[in-house]
Amino acid sequence: MHKPKTLFEKVWDSHVLRAPEGEPTLLYIDLHLVHEVTSPQAFEGLRLAKRKVRRPDLTFATIDHNVPTTSDERFQIKDQIAAQQIATLRKNCEVSGVPLFDIGSGRQGIVHVIGPELGLTQPGMTIVCGDSHTSTHGAFGALAFGIGTSEVEHVLATQCVSQTKPRSMRIWVSGKLPGGTTSKDLILDIIRRLGTDGGTGHVIEYAGEAVRGLSMEERMTMCNMSIECGARAGMVAPDDTTFAYMDGRPYAPNGNAWTKAITEWRQLITDEGAAFDRELAIDGAKLEPIVTWGTNPGMSVPVTASIPNPEQARDASERAAMLAALEYMGLKAGTRIEDITLDRIFIGSCTNGRLEDLRAAARVIRGHRVRSDVTVLVVPGSEAVKRAAESEGLDRIFREAGAQWREPGCSMCLGMNPDILAPKQRCASTSNRNFEGRQGREGRTHLVSPATAAAAAVAGRFVDVRGWEYRN
Amino acid sequence: MEPIRKHRGVVAPLHRENIDTDQIIPKQHLKRIERTGFGQFLFFDWRYHPDGRDREDFVLNHEHFRSATILVAGKNFGCGSSREHAAWALREFGFRVVLAPSFADIFRNNAGNNGLLVIELAEPVIQRIAEHADKHRPYHLDVDLEAQTITDDFGLAEKFEVEPFRRHRLLHGLDEIGITLEHEAEITRFESAHERRISQG
Repeated sequence: MHKPKTLFEKVWDSHVLRAPEGEPTLLYIDLHLVHEVTSPQAFEGLRLAKRKVRRPDLTFATIDHNVPTTSDERFQIKDQIAAQQIATLRKNCEVSGVPLFDIGSGRQGIVHVIGPELGLTQPGMTIVCGDSHTSTHGAFGALAFGIGTSEVEHVLATQCVSQTKPRSMRIWVSGKLPGGTTSKDLILDIIRRLGTDGGTGHVIEYAGEAVRGLSMEERMTMCNMSIECGARAGMVAPDDTTFAYMDGRPYAPNGNAWTKAITEWRQLITDEGAAFDRELAIDGAKLEPIVTWGTNPGMSVPVTASIPNPEQARDASERAAMLAALEYMGLKAGTRIEDITLDRIFIGSCTNGRLEDLRAAARVIRGHRVRSDVTVLVVPGSEAVKRAAESEGLDRIFREAGAQWREPGCSMCLGMNPDILAPKQRCASTSNRNFEGRQGREGRTHLVSPATAAAAAVAGRFVDVRGWEYRN
Repeated sequence: MEPIRKHRGVVAPLHRENIDTDQIIPKQHLKRIERTGFGQFLFFDWRYHPDGRDREDFVLNHEHFRSATILVAGKNFGCGSSREHAAWALREFGFRVVLAPSFADIFRNNAGNNGLLVIELAEPVIQRIAEHADKHRPYHLDVDLEAQTITDDFGLAEKFEVEPFRRHRLLHGLDEIGITLEHEAEITRFESAHERRISQG
């Protein structure tokens, strides 16, 4: 009888290349995703050391962070430094033989959107990328985590990464999520409970009836934000939902290989009796739509609540952090979330820029008008998402309501391209970080689900989308 | 990578927890294709007014802290984005050591790959160091990575923990890729066995 193992341990153990006592483990990497911002110095390092990309066939690149989202500018980037960074990636890919999903190729998009949609992301894999939201891919039962540029160079040169083995945590979500709530609300609720460093040093497995009931895209949203509680990665065991999503995707196995792969992937579950370093149980049926009020993703409350009072903080440093956040956000303790008015709405990002997210937002916005003093940006996560959304007429719904329908990229999630907030502008955003200045200097970000963002676009303030008047 | 064994330097305090990498270096400064040139953008929004003037209320703009090489900050330092530009910016400004009650995982790795020593100390010790740094300007600390001790001129003497391999690399300034490539034969062996295992299901 083998010792029972967690899903994480199964994937970790099958990729351990070297684990000497007192040293970090050398872990073999199955898939390395690359983008323009965190890779140029890695390729340069290789060149200086006269090293080559060991496995260009396991490495895939795209352009997402810098790319403008207007149809005219995306092929004619005005920001010369951004243009140079993109040109550098193209050259590096050409020289090293790394496939590039370039702008206009039909497959370009946010790196964490295209990996799954192309079938590159597969259960049981180890996946890295020079981007903290690489945790997204854990939704498939892969072990996926973000790395820095020196580590990108290390993976390019060796196809391995050197890591200290993380601890394990399981978050068990029972029940069924109520209507009007989403996995975005669930992960925001989890981050609030754990705090922004509660998951540090851990890989989190999300399990339980509520997680089983989530679609792949909803699972990706959850795993995506695992990093926001400090976790190294998030994972969900693969199941029929996973296989149905993957079937027929360009890089997924097919024919006999597909059947064999599924048999193998079904083993990727946490064994009965396997031990976790930490466990947390949540009643999914009690979930409410969540809105962040502060300057980290753990500072949130239900949409029906009011902004908490710093006098009720646990200790002096939390109180100081809350006071600083309220000042930056231009908010007062006790203000009802539903009384907060908005200037901008952003629907998109690797967290919530997939087809189901756009459908959820369109369903809310359909037949309504965006308030005239609110600017709404809808940015599909990839060229494929954009095509699919347009074939369903979602673009028309957004446009008719007065929202802007843009080209794919990271856009306002981090504002490396021209899409940024003006100082003091307030934005309801479906992205993942509400840090100071994240969407533009002095910009004020509230993180929400796509449905809550869409409702806020119509109302000009936060509303509880559970009472929404849907129109046809 | 520049080794670090014993370091004496001025301490600059940042009285904040959860200092994320967006604060350490905002996104508009991530577009360079070199590893250099980031020090000028360190803590950009806190350090400069929108018109480019220095903000007098920011610690690193104070004359006593401009030459600081040791940063002391609140818990969960370096959370958020994986951008190694944060470690590059801190190093280029002149920092060799960051002290905090805890660090985010990716930042910790990035620091270790750039000769930046991160040291976790208990919250009360961090508070004491930060208070000293505020009071005795300039306040110096002696960091000894070989002995794993931190001392000051006022009787502070603390031991600290650091992973043995990270310590070894920092002490000798070792490039991790070079170390891994010593095991290239093992990588090749693992790789072919791994691929056979996957293709056979």
